[in-house]
Amino acid sequence: MITLYDYELSGNCYKLRLLMSMLGIEYKTVPIDFYPGREHKSDWFLKLNPLGQLPVIEDDGLVLRDAQAILVYIASKYDPSGTWYPRSDPALLGEISQWLAFADGITGTASAARLHDGLFYELDVEAARAGAHRLFRILDEHLWFGEQEGRDWICSAPHATVADIACFPYIMLSEEGGIPRQDYPAIRRWCDRLKRIKGFTVMSGIFPAGPARAA
Amino acid sequence: MSRTALCSDRVLLNDWHVVADLTNLSPTAPFHTRLLGVDLTIHCRGRYRLQVVRSGSGEPVNSDSRYGFLWACLGTPERDIVFVPEANEADRHLVTGGSIAVNVSGLRAVENFLDMGHFPFIHTGWLGEEPHTEVAPYKVELTEADEVMATECKFYQPVASPTAKEGFVVDYIYKVIRPYTVALYKSNPVHKVRLDVITLFVQPVDEERCIAHPFLCYLKEGVSEASIRSFMQLIFAQDKPILENQLPKRLPLDPRAETPIRADAVSVYYRRWLRDRAVTYGAIPARV
Repeated sequence: MITLYDYELSGNCYKLRLLMSMLGIEYKTVPIDFYPGREHKSDWFLKLNPLGQLPVIEDDGLVLRDAQAILVYIASKYDPSGTWYPRSDPALLGEISQWLAFADGITGTASAARLHDGLFYELDVEAARAGAHRLFRILDEHLWFGEQEGRDWICSAPHATVADIACFPYIMLSEEGGIPRQDYPAIRRWCDRLKRIKGFTVMSGIFPAGPARAA
Repeated sequence: MSRTALCSDRVLLNDWHVVADLTNLSPTAPFHTRLLGVDLTIHCRGRYRLQVVRSGSGEPVNSDSRYGFLWACLGTPERDIVFVPEANEADRHLVTGGSIAVNVSGLRAVENFLDMGHFPFIHTGWLGEEPHTEVAPYKVELTEADEVMATECKFYQPVASPTAKEGFVVDYIYKVIRPYTVALYKSNPVHKVRLDVITLFVQPVDEERCIAHPFLCYLKEGVSEASIRSFMQLIFAQDKPILENQLPKRLPLDPRAETPIRADAVSVYYRRWLRDRAVTYGAIPARV
């Protein structure tokens, strides 16, 4: 069984909880006292991940770090439908990788602003917010044009992929970093669609979709 | 305007407020914060050599350490730091829950802490769930120590604490100890006659921003410090977006400003209590 080294308020840990919930797989969690205990910087944890970052998983003796890498691993191994990470479609895999890297950019900006505002991280918050708005604008346009072509998800597939999961949490938590989403209607519609996928689960700060209209 | 307004409420200026969790302080870099609109810098030169100064002038500010927090008083202290009797009981974990900044008046944060009505909707599956939404009538009174106390509060909670294995009707007592300090006493899931205590020390950063510093005194049996922290943050982070979307950001003290229901009896009392003690910082004063 997968063991997830977890922190409830981490959007990166939530990505994995979300995918595992949608896939319906069981897992164990080991809660890490990230704040204020800084357990992710403790000696024992640095042996697991020398970068001192969450999340980390252990599965069948494999230790893996980095939310995006773990999404790829879990989807490849545990998704019998093969849709979350379609290994046989090179063009789609390229697109997914592109947006997984984009998700890392969201972490570096929107998540950083949230850590500054909520947990007192010292960083240039104005630069972080501006960077997040730039990425949100790009994603919003991409999703808007997709909607015109009948595409509901980030990548060119009739279903969500791990790229959608990777981009979702820190967009939903952006207001905690002083980044409103009023100007990104296509992002808001995409978030609502994602919340209606079977197996969707919440984390603190993210609420379920309102009463569903017929999809 | 109100973000930079200075405080003129003597009752707040001459009182102690938490300004940092000691865990967050580092000898390698000063820690910056703000209290009642005043920018402060905390220098940490070893565990017992902490100094709080005004950021501009470098003028020292009264400070003290207690319960794992650093405290400051901008004026002349007129009373001691809030006393938490349960902190002296040997069979309890004493845990700082993780200080979290919230973009709203601290008085709003205190009021939210007093509210049971939101449990099923905001803390769904943890502190409440539909259809158990009714807040049964409870008592509110003033204690001899001039605190607001709500007793006989009962609420059905699916997962009331880090160790709860099943839902049960939880008994609560709330106490507003000072304008920005509120405590919650809640039945322990193992020893149902004893109470776990959560005291929320709210730091008024300015009139529309605060930092919530929870202090938890939980019976040790069957629960670890890490899981207490984790549970506290899980719950508090569910409240945060709701609090940050409250408008106006300051707490209106005019009884006609917002419409209460019966479940809000303690909040109505709290607002009147603030009004009677001339607390205006973080509030929208009542019209006369």
